[in-house]
Amino acid sequence: MSRHRVKAVSYDEDDYDDGYYSPDPEEQEFLEQCTTEVLNQLRAGDPSVIATRSEVQDALYHYYDDIEKSVNYLRGKKVKELQKKQAAPPAAPKTKGTSGPSPDDVVINAQSSAKGFKSKQPASKSAGNKKAQADLTGGMNDLSVEEKVNIKSKNLDVLSEYSKAERKRAMNFAVIGHVDAGKSTLMGRLLADLKAIDQRTLDKYKREAEKIGKGSFALAWVLDQGAEERARGVTIDIATNKFETEKTVFTIVDAPGHRDFVPNMIAGASQADFAVLVIDSSIGNFESGLKGQTKEHALLVRSMGVQRIIVAVNKMDSVQWDKERFDEIEQQVSSFLTTAGFQPKNINFVPCSGISGDNVTRRSDDPNVSWYQGRTLVDELEATEPYSHAVDKPLRMTIGDVFRGSVQNPLSISGRIDAGSLQVGDHILTMPSGETATIRSLEVDGEPSDWAVAGQNVVLNLANIDPIHLRSGDVVCRASAPIANVTSFTCKVLAFDHLLPSMVDIHRGRLHVPGRISRLVATLDKQSGNILKKKPKIVAPGTVARIVVEMDQAVPLEAPTRIVLRAGGETVAAGLLE
Amino acid sequence: MRLVKNKIELNGSGTVTLCPEEPEDMWHAYNLIRPGDLLRASAIRRVTTTQETGSTSSARVHLNLEIRVKSLDFDPQSSQLHVSGQIVNETAHTKVGQHHTLDLELNRNFTLEKEIGSDGEGVGWDSIAVQMLKDAVDEGGNRRAEAVAVVMQEGLAHICFIGQFQTILKQKVEMSVPRKRHGGGDHDKGLNKFFQVTLDTLVRQMEFNTSATALSTSNETVRPVLLASPGFVAAGFQKYIQGVASTSMPALKRLLPSIVVVHSASGYLHSLAEVLQSPAVKTILADTKYARETKLMDDFLDQLRKETNKATYGPREVESAVDQGAVGRGGGVLIISNRLFRSQDVAERKRWVSLVDRVRDVEGGEVRVLSSDHESGRRLDGLGGVAALLTFPIVDDAGEDEDEDDSQ
Repeated sequence: MSRHRVKAVSYDEDDYDDGYYSPDPEEQEFLEQCTTEVLNQLRAGDPSVIATRSEVQDALYHYYDDIEKSVNYLRGKKVKELQKKQAAPPAAPKTKGTSGPSPDDVVINAQSSAKGFKSKQPASKSAGNKKAQADLTGGMNDLSVEEKVNIKSKNLDVLSEYSKAERKRAMNFAVIGHVDAGKSTLMGRLLADLKAIDQRTLDKYKREAEKIGKGSFALAWVLDQGAEERARGVTIDIATNKFETEKTVFTIVDAPGHRDFVPNMIAGASQADFAVLVIDSSIGNFESGLKGQTKEHALLVRSMGVQRIIVAVNKMDSVQWDKERFDEIEQQVSSFLTTAGFQPKNINFVPCSGISGDNVTRRSDDPNVSWYQGRTLVDELEATEPYSHAVDKPLRMTIGDVFRGSVQNPLSISGRIDAGSLQVGDHILTMPSGETATIRSLEVDGEPSDWAVAGQNVVLNLANIDPIHLRSGDVVCRASAPIANVTSFTCKVLAFDHLLPSMVDIHRGRLHVPGRISRLVATLDKQSGNILKKKPKIVAPGTVARIVVEMDQAVPLEAPTRIVLRAGGETVAAGLLE
Repeated sequence: MRLVKNKIELNGSGTVTLCPEEPEDMWHAYNLIRPGDLLRASAIRRVTTTQETGSTSSARVHLNLEIRVKSLDFDPQSSQLHVSGQIVNETAHTKVGQHHTLDLELNRNFTLEKEIGSDGEGVGWDSIAVQMLKDAVDEGGNRRAEAVAVVMQEGLAHICFIGQFQTILKQKVEMSVPRKRHGGGDHDKGLNKFFQVTLDTLVRQMEFNTSATALSTSNETVRPVLLASPGFVAAGFQKYIQGVASTSMPALKRLLPSIVVVHSASGYLHSLAEVLQSPAVKTILADTKYARETKLMDDFLDQLRKETNKATYGPREVESAVDQGAVGRGGGVLIISNRLFRSQDVAERKRWVSLVDRVRDVEGGEVRVLSSDHESGRRLDGLGGVAALLTFPIVDDAGEDEDEDDSQ
């Protein structure tokens, strides 16, 4: 394709070298292209100037379409004009030059690229011109708002790059717990004490929080960025934030505790390697939490495949760091967690206080806490073994969010790569829409990068796709190994509530669709997986069953994926696709 | 629906003439008219005539056609019913045996005839059909269009109309709302856009008069509008409507008093069941048919959960329970979806009608026919369309044949 284009262009050039000028369409098109070229060079070069289209076309005519000469001529002319005007608005031309192309040019650019012409260049240009073109392409990257047709892939061997790269180990953890247990505040404290957030911002939050009479929420505001969240003092959606210790880069996924937002919490937990369960130790609140989301969240993260859990017994200052209280909570929670399927060696308890910061990053100097000699919360986080990811499997990434990144990146998606790897220039396939897109650029943990592998949190800036094809919950894969869209699946689930053929919501990370249990195939033995009873009428809580779930719309799902079924605001089952 | 003429014979054959008055009546007609019935209604047919010279001319003519029904096509969204079949009466323009599709129209009579045939191959006006006819004919004139519900969550809204007999999903609004991000104000902007689109859609679907003059002149009653969502989305939407009403669209002020915000577990349509059960809604829509139906389904599921063996579901299981006499006097309730009576297969329909008759007349139990177009009916359909609350526990015979594949 591109070779063909080059040929056509050089043919055109021969044509006008002969000195003929005829207004045939090809010629016109070429003129358009040259005009654009000149305009761009004028803008990109130094000093940057603006010329009208007719001026440019006149100049081109006089110089027999020689771009370089036209540019020089126009620049000389414009600079003179500029100097005359300089006194009046000194900064004006410059800002105009850097702020972006005029609407007129945008249209032209779009037109020329629509015709299949890259704004970089006829290949038969002299060597001297190449440098100008390089500048130009650089300039184009900064300036252009139109979609670039081609993004060059560097054809990296991502896996070997990955093994060569000496990065700190990176881990995600989800912060879960009952509503008002102090999850956001505890994490805000962690970020503040580790200097991941500056004092000035913190002071600002403190002032603003006090203004609306919610002074104690100031730390939570570090993560609760939404206006609604701040006004109500409740986390609604997950917030991610990262901080570094000496050895590790941690990404916090702060989950909402309120029962209405469990779907968001599921999305957060699906990105986590391990979990921090925050428990309110104050009298009454612990007990109500254990019945509420403390329990549901713990069950959920376990069924999402999380092995390790750190229990932060928060608000210990409100019970005067009472050791008995701590022991009581430890005993109750650990017995519950073991029944939920966590191994005792993977459960750790830390008594702490988010609001004062005791035992979060620094050991408490309160004499009442002298009985606790264990690790602080940060030490516990660091003691966690990293989790290995399937980097050599086919690419899978669930889209967490679709947004407009910036002027340069009008369409960006974020998420965590579940499996596989990708690099800039890759063509990806999004499911269920089945549309392809090109990765224009990507960011890993907020830093620009050329490649990314499973386990990393990435922002992909996409080109060549319409945003209506992208929804959070969609899956990114490759055309060579696509994920299938299914309308029904069989899964093996652990029932948390009675199951019978009924309507359910199906959750997989951000994916969130309505469906129905259409058949109860069998109840299974918990250990061996043997069939106990075929076609049960109802599945009792606590039993393992094989069920068939149907959905109205096709959804990208494949075995072995972990799914969660909810109905009427409660989690009814969780399990594995078969 | 208005009953114009009723000539049902004792043996179950006979004709009725009906006049549909409301869109919901089409749904009743859809349930009443079965394949094999004779339907007479006015029709417009394009007739092509060929002259002796070979030239053709076509004209549209108004006819009264009687057809033997072959199939029905019902569009719940626009409440249109198309009945196709073969013409049985001779007219100047049509021959017997030609095919025609009748479009039933509001305020135009149609006549429905059901036959039982000499050897009983038809079903005639059985007890279910007569009951449906009674339901359809609004004698006291006390039926009202019930409520509008918007079940929503961030980026998703279902606008539906809840009637006496059906819940119609009028429109689904789906938008991608950016999530909250560090330093991004996209989320609030996206949410506002979503509210705006939802409100526009709602107003259009309700055919709500938004002109400024409507505030003073119009005295039409506004239906209750239920806004349901998890979290704060519905409350936010209400606030948004208030905002719009006080600034750009004053006519919306008429809408404000009838808005009720309730909680639902998700923004999907099946959360409507929860919405209808909430106390706030119950007071507005007291004792409507669907409220009773929802209650009944909840009772049934409760029994099932308690594993008392006093509830069962599925065609075969229910039939065997009836055989054992467990669906009788003193609390036996047969719950059946009217989808089963719409079956194309005469034998299938007879099977269910006889079951219903038997429970009601012989066993003395209660029979509730649930509308498959309501949330509760849809839940029942998931269970195979038929369920029963039993008077005594019956043991599930474990030795059921393994190869049975009795799916709906």
